This record gives sequence, C-alpha cells and structure tokens, in this order.
Amino acid sequence: MDIWFFLIQVLNGIQYGLLLFLVASGLTLIFGIMGIINLAHGSFYMLGAYLTFWLLQSVDSLLLAIVLALPISAVVGYLIEALLVRVLYRRDHLDQVLLTYGLILIFNEAQRMLWGGDIHGVKVPAALNWSIPLTDSLSYPVYRIAISAVCAALAVGMYFVIQRTRFGMWIRAGASNRDMVAALGINVKLLFGAVFALGAVLAALSGAIAAPISSIGPGMGDTVLIICFVVVVIGGVGSIKGAFLGALLIGLADTFGKVLAPDFASFSVYAVMAVVLLLKPRGLFA
Amino acid sequence: MTRISRRSVLQAGAAFAAAGLVPTRFAIGQTAKVRVGLMLPYSGTYAALGEAITSGLKMAVNARGGKLGGREVEYILLDDESNPGKGPENASKLIAGDKVDFLVGTVHSGVAMGMAKVATDTGAMLIIPNAGVGAATGPLCAPNIFRTSFSNWQPAYPMGKVAWDRGMKNVVTISWKYGAGEEQLGGFEEGFTQLGGKIVKRIMLPFPNEEFQANLTEIASLKPDGVFAFFAGSGALKFVKDYAAAGLKSIPLMGTGFLTDGVLAGQGAAAEGVLTTLHYADALDTPENKKFRAEFKAFSGKEADVYAVQGYDSGQLLAIGMDAVKGDTAAGSRAALIAAMAAAEIRSPRGAFTLSKAHNPVQDIYLRQVKNGQEIVLGVAHKALADPAKGCKSA
Amino acid sequence: MSRLPRSLSILLSAVIVLLAAYPFFGDVLFPNKHAFLMQKLTGIMIMAVMAMSLDLLVGVAGLVSMGHAAFFGLGGYMLAMLSPEYSAANLWVVLPAALVVVAIASAMVGYLSIRTSGIYFIMVTLAFGQMGFYFFNDSKVAGGSDGAYIMFKPAVEILGVSLLNLGDKRTLYYVGLGALVGVYLLLRLLLASPFGRVVSAIGVNENRVRGLGFDPVAYKLLAFTIGGTIAGLAGFLAAIQYGFVNPATLSWHHSGEALVMVILGGMGTLFGPAIGAFVFELAKMGFESVTEHWLLPMGMMIIGIVLLLPKGVGGLLLQLFSGRSKMEGGQ
Repeated sequence: MDIWFFLIQVLNGIQYGLLLFLVASGLTLIFGIMGIINLAHGSFYMLGAYLTFWLLQSVDSLLLAIVLALPISAVVGYLIEALLVRVLYRRDHLDQVLLTYGLILIFNEAQRMLWGGDIHGVKVPAALNWSIPLTDSLSYPVYRIAISAVCAALAVGMYFVIQRTRFGMWIRAGASNRDMVAALGINVKLLFGAVFALGAVLAALSGAIAAPISSIGPGMGDTVLIICFVVVVIGGVGSIKGAFLGALLIGLADTFGKVLAPDFASFSVYAVMAVVLLLKPRGLFA
Repeated sequence: MTRISRRSVLQAGAAFAAAGLVPTRFAIGQTAKVRVGLMLPYSGTYAALGEAITSGLKMAVNARGGKLGGREVEYILLDDESNPGKGPENASKLIAGDKVDFLVGTVHSGVAMGMAKVATDTGAMLIIPNAGVGAATGPLCAPNIFRTSFSNWQPAYPMGKVAWDRGMKNVVTISWKYGAGEEQLGGFEEGFTQLGGKIVKRIMLPFPNEEFQANLTEIASLKPDGVFAFFAGSGALKFVKDYAAAGLKSIPLMGTGFLTDGVLAGQGAAAEGVLTTLHYADALDTPENKKFRAEFKAFSGKEADVYAVQGYDSGQLLAIGMDAVKGDTAAGSRAALIAAMAAAEIRSPRGAFTLSKAHNPVQDIYLRQVKNGQEIVLGVAHKALADPAKGCKSA
Repeated sequence: MSRLPRSLSILLSAVIVLLAAYPFFGDVLFPNKHAFLMQKLTGIMIMAVMAMSLDLLVGVAGLVSMGHAAFFGLGGYMLAMLSPEYSAANLWVVLPAALVVVAIASAMVGYLSIRTSGIYFIMVTLAFGQMGFYFFNDSKVAGGSDGAYIMFKPAVEILGVSLLNLGDKRTLYYVGLGALVGVYLLLRLLLASPFGRVVSAIGVNENRVRGLGFDPVAYKLLAFTIGGTIAGLAGFLAAIQYGFVNPATLSWHHSGEALVMVILGGMGTLFGPAIGAFVFELAKMGFESVTEHWLLPMGMMIIGIVLLLPKGVGGLLLQLFSGRSKMEGGQ
C-alpha cells in the first residue's frame, strides 16, 4: 500500500465518520439528557431525506429545501415528545424502546403512503458538483468535502453550546437531576421537548445534507439506526465528544476493514464495538 | 399463441399415472374462482418491485377478460417483507390457509428459497416472477416450480463477451457479499475469463453497506480496463453516482440491467455511458413492447419496467396453463397443466421466449447503454440464452 | 418469583387445555383454515418458547439482550449442518449436539458481555448477534444468504421403532405445545430454586446481592446460558417445522421482535411473554388480512399497549386476577 493510497483511505474514513457523527449526535443527546432510547431516530433521518427530495420538486435550491425541511422535522419531533414520549419518563427504558419501535412501523408506513416505494436521488447542487483530482485516476467530490466541513462545524458548535451556554447548562443539569432543575424554576417539560426536537432536527439535517450522495428509499432509516447506536455506545452514551471520536473510529474501521480484510469486512464495525466495550464497559467517554 | 408439445403432455401424463393417482376431472366446481396468491414485498426496500409485478400480472389477466381458463380470478396478496426467516411460514399461509391454486412470488432470493421449499413439500404450483437465485431452477428444480424472470447467471454471462470484444483485458468486479452478488459476478467472470480476460480483483462488500468510497479508491489505484458491478435498488443508485463523482468515468462501468433500471432518473448524468445487459429494455423498439408500455401506463399510472414485464409474463404463463386445462385446477389435470406451462411460448414485451427443461426462460439478452439520460438498446448480446441449470435432475 | 393467583393459574391451564384440544375441534370451527392455523399456532408456540427464554434474561435477570436470535438461529443451523443430505438425522444425536453447541456459544457470548450493563449490554449482544448473522450470511457452510434446506425431518426412534413422525403436522403441533408447557414449567421450577431466587434478586438490585456474598457474574452467566440454550431449542424446532434455515433468523430484527413480544406480554412474568408472542403474531396476521398498510395499525397497537398497560398484557392479567393491585412478577 503506497502512502497516497493510505492517506486517501484515511480521508475516506474521516469523511464517512463525520457524517456518522452528525446522525449519531442527535441520538446521544436525547439519550444522554433525557435517558430515552429512541429507536425512531433513523426515521427522522429518513424524514429529512424525503422532505428534501419532496421540497426540491417545488423549490430550486437544495439549501432552501433543507432550511424548510428542518422546522417541519422539529415540529414532528416536538409533537412526538409532547404526545407520546412524555408519558413514559418515569417508566422503564424498555417501555420507551417498545414505543419507539411502534413509531418506526408507523413512520415506515407513512413514508410508503406519502411517497411510495420508489427509490429516488437528489442532484448535487451545481456549485458543488465538481471534483478535485487527487491522483491520475481518482478525484474527490467537493460536495463530500463540504459535508465534512458542515459536520465538523456543527460538532464544534454543539460542544460550545453544551459546555459554555446557559441553555447547555440547563441541559446538562436536566440530565443529571430532573427534579432539581424543575425546582430552579426551569420548565423541564419545555426543555425536554426542545431537546427531543433538536435531536430530530439533527437526524433530519444529516438525512437532508446526505441526500445528494445517498439513495432515498424505503427502509433507509432502519439501516442508519444500528450504525448510529454503535457510534453512540462506543463513544459513551450522552457524550458529544465520545460520539465524535466513536464516529471517526467506526468510519475508519469500516473503510480499512473493506480494504485490508475484505473477508471480514462485515465484522469490522461490530468487532470494534465489542472490543471497545470489553475493554471499557461504559464506552470511551462515559 | 400457445403451442403444447404433444410429447411432453404424454410424458407428464405417464408420469402422473405412474404415481398411482386417478385423475378426477373437474372434481372441483368449475365456477369457483381461481385463487392466485401473490406473495411479494409490499413494504420495505423492494415495495416498488412488488407493486410493479402485481400490476403486470393483473393486467395480463384483465386482458383476458379477468379470467383464467374461463374462471374468475381472486387475488390474495401477502406482504413477504423480504424476510427470509418468515418465507416458508408465509408461503404455507397462502397454500394451506388461503388454499391458493397458484403461488406467485417473490423478489428476494432467500424468501424465494423458502417458497420453493414449501412448493416442493406440498406440490403447490409456484411461479417466481423475479428472484434470480440459481438453485430454484438448478438443484431444486421441480415440475411445479416455474420462473418467468431470469437466473442470476443469465443476464451477467453475456457481458463477459461484450467486455472482451471491446478490448478489455483486466476487469474488477464488485458487488455485495450475498447469494445474488456471487452468482451475478460468477456469470460475468465465466463469460469473460473463458475468452482470456483476467479478473484483477473481486470486491465483495458487506450487505447492505452503501459506503463505497473505500472501494472506489481501490479501483482507482488498480486502474482496470473496466468494472463490472452488480447492485440493485438504492445501492445501484448510489454506486453509479459515487463512481462518477470519484472521477472513475474514464473506466467503463458495466453491469446487469439492475444497475440502472428504475433508478436512472435518480442517477442523472452519472449514469451516462454505463453499459448493461438484461433480458429486457424499456426502450425495446418492438410493437409488442410499445403496446405493453402504453397499456401498463394506462393501467397502473406508472411507467413499465422489467418487473412489470415479469409480472405480466407470469400472468400470461398462468393463462396458457389454465386455457390448456380449461380452468380445471384439480389434481387430475395437474400433469396437463404443467405440461402446457412447460411448453408455453410466451409473447413477452421482452420478445418471445420459451422455458427450459428446468422451467427458466430461454431468452435474448440485450446490450443497453445510457445515452443522454436515456437507456438505448445497442443490440442483442446473446440470442436465446439458456441457464445451464447446474444440478437440475430434470434438465 | 411469586406464585400466580389461583384463578389466573386456572385460566392459563384452561388455555393450554384448549390449545391441546384444538387439533380435534379446529376442523369444525375453521373448516377451510384449520391446517394452516395449526401450522401457525405451532410456529407461535415455538416463538413463545423463544420469548420466555428471553424473559429469563430481560425480565428476571435484567439482562436486555438484542442478540438473542443468534442462539435461535444457531439452533436451526446446527440441525441443518448435522443432517445428512439424503437421509434423516437421528434426533437423539442431533438435538443434544445442537443444544451443546448453542450452550457453548451462549456461554462464550455471555462471558464476554456480562461485564457491561444497561444499554451497553444491549449493544454488545447486538454486536455478537450481528457477527453470528454475518458468519452464516457470508460463509458457504450452509447456503450463505440464500439459506439451506433440511431435506428430511429428524427421525425419533428407539431401537429402530419410530416414536414420532415429525413430518406430521399434528405431531409437530403437540411437540410445540409440549415445548411451550415444558419450558414454562422448567423455568418456573428454576426460578423457585435458590439459584432462581438469586437471579431474580440480581434483576432487582445487583449490588445488594453482591453484598450478601453471592457472585452475580456467575449467576448471570448461567442464566444467560440457559436462556440462550432454550432459544436454541426453539430455533431447532422452527427449523424442523419448515425444513429451512436462513441467516435472517439470526439478525437483530428477529431479536428485536422477540424483545417486543417480551415487553408487550409483560416482563418478568414468564407467561406474559408467551402471551405476547400470541398477541404479536395473531395481531399481525389479522391486520395483514384486513389492510395492505398493516404496519400502521400494528404500530398503533404497540403504542397503545405501552401507553395503557405499563406492565404489558401479563401485568394486566395479574392485576385483574389478584386482589392486590401492586403485584409484580419476578420480584
């Protein structure tokens, strides 16, 4: 393996990892702060992608479609929290698992009824639809680099918000002691609703910005879900920093697994998770 | 339209008599509806395929006044969820529970394997309208199992010669690591290497992983003369886009028709120039195909595709069999029914085809290419290609 | 585990008697669907065995596994791999052999997984389950992703005399029912034993158990192994039923379905998850026969049950049949 090949594969791994981070960040936020295992997270990813595809039939700009898709996703997320999830805060985690499992079924059927079973693609915006030549036979799509930049920026932004702002402080406090925050006069209900909506928006955003480089079809959310959980758990549940490093680790493991040990590539991601958890039973940064 | 070889009727009849069953002609009320069980994916990744097959089949039956062999038809639809774990259970539900006369399905090969198992155990009539798993018309072939689509080997094999004729010497093959992928790549590799071509590398990705970047980088560094890919559905859409975006367009991309069918619009300019082989092409310039496409559009509101054709031909095959026995589905007519179906010549939108002894279509494979966003037909890559039906004892 | 209220025991026994009598009156009730319903019920009873084995982990020991289907699938695959191609396998050889392999596999997975807990345990078991799935999906040992057939049902004979014909649907129905009742009673006995009481206590408060001088790891590992082995038995029976195995039987979707049955039915009650299997499968069958969009009512039903019945169907039954309102199974 020459050094260029190696470096390009590292780039592939990081780029994939950054995208994984964006999808997984919403999941870790919801779990870490609200203690909810949200199986419907993948459905929000699907929602974001489908909304983008659908809106692009009426508007011209991908950016505009994404901007319009996010508030819709936020409302859907907030309503689900307010109407269903809220009832279950004092219940066992597994009740939430069952609830969100039911939601997956409903989302999948709704997708089918609204948009049908066909598989769609979204065009890469013209301004970003070019590639940078890396070697004589390979070039790198600029849109992918742009996605990586957005993901990295959001990672930094999220870290800042959670560590440095009052909202972030409430969130952290709400996670560790719900009653205390309530006693301080903060509306916990509203706060949790907002966090859940934010998680939904993050998933939808990743579905939306990944739309031009992915296929939009039925079941797309289910595939994303498992890999998200892997990322979140490796990093340590609730930790944004952990999700970030976990995502990069998985991105690299997936990339190099395919290249170096193709016969075991299906195992690579799960093997990494198993090893991490056997060495650090609560993830890298719990 | 139907030609039944006299000899095969006699042969089947003799076999039946030997089994010691006395034919009870018209034992079941002739007027009862024929029950056709459609076990197809109506949810999940393959939902669109299931719907196209269903529409195609219904259209074929409607063209005959909604009747098969003079009897009204009742459809029983069952969503197989593309879950092979539930394949045998769902097939038994239709056969034992809904008492269907014909079982039609499905898309997913693993589920089709389970259906073939139940068909073998119960003797139920099974028509496979898509799943290409080689075994169904190979080691597991049976008198009561028919396929109107293709075997995985079939559309891929002729591309080997196409690649060789175009001067390619070194080719990389890529697919998901699962049965259909192995069989399709195997078909191409057989056709290509027997002429002297070399497979530089076979890349198998974990199913259904759609992150192709690492392997595209690998292909770029191998610099082959061409790439043969088998992906379908969302994987196909994404692979072709990623391939183009990685700047690999200078290396010809080949595949079976599944690489572009149904996802061409989503692939856009990325699909330009992609070469594919398949037993059908939307753009096939024949009166039969044009008529079919217009009627399908009017019937279902959607553009016809290869799956619609396969569904339509399943309906035609049913009609041919049922006409031959005048709608009698009782055990006594089973041999004649099977013989008529086995000997059928089906006037398909893809071009007329017959069935091999293993009950898989003997059909032309077309070479197609995407030009200006349209799939055009370059010609026939292989005339009347029959699957070798390895391991089938009756072939 | 507390004893069931007497009236509930009577009700459950009545259901079993009804199930036992079904092959004799089913023909009258459902003249057209009888053969199918008998097959369906056989399948559901096998899934109920799987659900109860998972309940031992989830509801009793507090080990939420998302990889349980791996043992179910492995049980079936062992039958497929041990069966000769052209003749019937001997049940007295293949069944113990399959169960031993599954037991070893579950002990190994359990040993590695048990050091984690909570969602981490869920994910580690998921990882091992997926590895099992890919092992059979990718390798050629038993047909890869297309699955493999078991051409002949295992023979059940003693000294050359055939005892049971597993190819007969009614016989297999009673085998399924026997497994359901047998496994239920076995698990009840187990939970009433000193071992069972420690495992139940671990599910409630692991630290206190440790404080009392027990080693929770050993108990959890044994419970995990027993649960996995019973799931292997269920998978073995399922493979006999249709003579077909496929990697999908090991996948996380299948584990997830079993978990849904357990929660729907009521964790930690043993009989609840068995009922959960019936509710899940029968509801699905009903919705499918009514609408093409069956996922919608199915999802709504699940959400309805979780919102309205905090302890699942089994919890509701316990509440109805016991004077006390706060009766909790498994505690």
